[in-house]
Amino acid sequence: MSKPIELLGQPDHATQTGKGWRVSTRWKERMGSFAIGGLLPVGLLVIWQLAGELGLISTFFLPTPTMIFAAFGDLFASGDLAYHLGVSLKRAAAGFAIGGSIGLLLGLVAGFSRYGEYVLDPSVQMFRMIPHLAIAPLIILWFGFGEVSKILIIAKGAFFPLYINTFLGIRNVDNKLIDVARVLSFKRYKQFFLLILPASLPQLFLGLRLSLALSWLGLVVAELIGSEAGIGFLMTIAKQNSMMEIIFVGVILFAVVGKLIDSFVRLLERRFLQWQDSYKG
Amino acid sequence: MSATNLLHIQHLSKTFQSAKGDVKALHNIQLDIQEGEFVTVIGPSGCGKSTLLKIIAGLDVHYKGTVSLGDRKVEGPGIDKGFIFQEPRLFPWLTVERNIAADLSLRKPEIRQKVDELIELVRLKGFEKSYPRELSGGMAQRVAIARALLRNPKVLLLDEPFGALDAFTRAHMQEVLLDIWQRNRTTMIFVTHDIDEAVFLANRIVVLKPRPGAIQNIIGVDLAFPRKKSSTAFHQLRFKVLSEFDKIEELELVGGAGI
Repeated sequence: MSKPIELLGQPDHATQTGKGWRVSTRWKERMGSFAIGGLLPVGLLVIWQLAGELGLISTFFLPTPTMIFAAFGDLFASGDLAYHLGVSLKRAAAGFAIGGSIGLLLGLVAGFSRYGEYVLDPSVQMFRMIPHLAIAPLIILWFGFGEVSKILIIAKGAFFPLYINTFLGIRNVDNKLIDVARVLSFKRYKQFFLLILPASLPQLFLGLRLSLALSWLGLVVAELIGSEAGIGFLMTIAKQNSMMEIIFVGVILFAVVGKLIDSFVRLLERRFLQWQDSYKG
Repeated sequence: MSATNLLHIQHLSKTFQSAKGDVKALHNIQLDIQEGEFVTVIGPSGCGKSTLLKIIAGLDVHYKGTVSLGDRKVEGPGIDKGFIFQEPRLFPWLTVERNIAADLSLRKPEIRQKVDELIELVRLKGFEKSYPRELSGGMAQRVAIARALLRNPKVLLLDEPFGALDAFTRAHMQEVLLDIWQRNRTTMIFVTHDIDEAVFLANRIVVLKPRPGAIQNIIGVDLAFPRKKSSTAFHQLRFKVLSEFDKIEELELVGGAGI
């Protein structure tokens, strides 16, 4: 009983200490979860390294982590790494920008208008079912081995997740809140910015994450088909010259950069969806 | 009556079309409500009380008859008709003060001032920056009331607004609402299925009977405020409303409709 009164009596003091305490425990918690998450991969790395050093596995087929790290260091020092990674990132970004924005746009049209849905959705669903590798020969015949083909293949992957999640996000807006907007006589653009956009934001973020992930995965297909630069190119060359370490560097780069991009979007998500009241585990 | 007539309902009928055939929800409703009145609408479930309120709000425009507010026919929803739903229906991504302002800008000094006054009126000082998930059911409903009042509605329509609240919170909310009514003199039309609530708040109680929804009787309440739910006069009125319900039940049995 006395606690709330105390809090009321010294509000500043109470909130300040409250905050300081929370920050420090949260930081500790994060470090703790980081350590737990790192346990498995670090353990595996140690076993891998030992197995290579003791000659239990052939380092030709499976180079040890230190060998891979050395290859990474060489690539980094020569500037090749930055160059090829830059080329790949630019490609993925261009493909994502094109495919994602078309997906977003068509998703908005299909979401807002039932006629839009009738016209667009069946075609989009069919288009979605065409695999990258099935359409790649056509794209290459039409646009050659140049940059355009690669960006188109990436764009094709980025298109669909944003389309479907924008569409569903809009369609899942609570009708009860739409009634509120009617009762309060919101203008159309206010209804969009105050209600529909924030209400569909969680699903939009999901679309954004999936779309970015598929751009990044589409990049591999695009670059392995034939290219003169990029991480995929590095890996193709390494394959031809049996440089296992560099293939591993490529695989790891795809994983790490992909994860970093995803983490960045999740950071944005957390920042914009603070208001959400959902199960957090 | 010297007060001006605000809401005018004449020959209002409403039929729902369904696969099984047409269902008559409201039949020939005649009702006039004066400015500044507090009218409660009560009736058993299925009597069309929520439908009546939605029609007055302009949320449902497919009906026969006339409904006019002031000198204008009701043709759609608008800010002159504030509406409080059974649930608060706040925007979860907006803070309390931004929920109240909604499409109006808090950067305008006159809006800012009115929002602050309303927060004081609905007793939510200190919660301006809270999000809806941090509020209790009663607090959230008070935010919804403030949101409606900010638009200076000619009439506030309340559709069982305290139905989901516990008994203590409900009693408190009734007092908050009466306080608002006595200060602002906003015309209130309050739908409920709780007889105590209907008697406690109203100038007049409209009793509806079901199948099809029609007015059974209108009971005037001239008890002075503040009312005591334990007083004899209160109980006499309560019995009066209950006896109307008994009549409805007899009619139902005679008609063979059952409940």
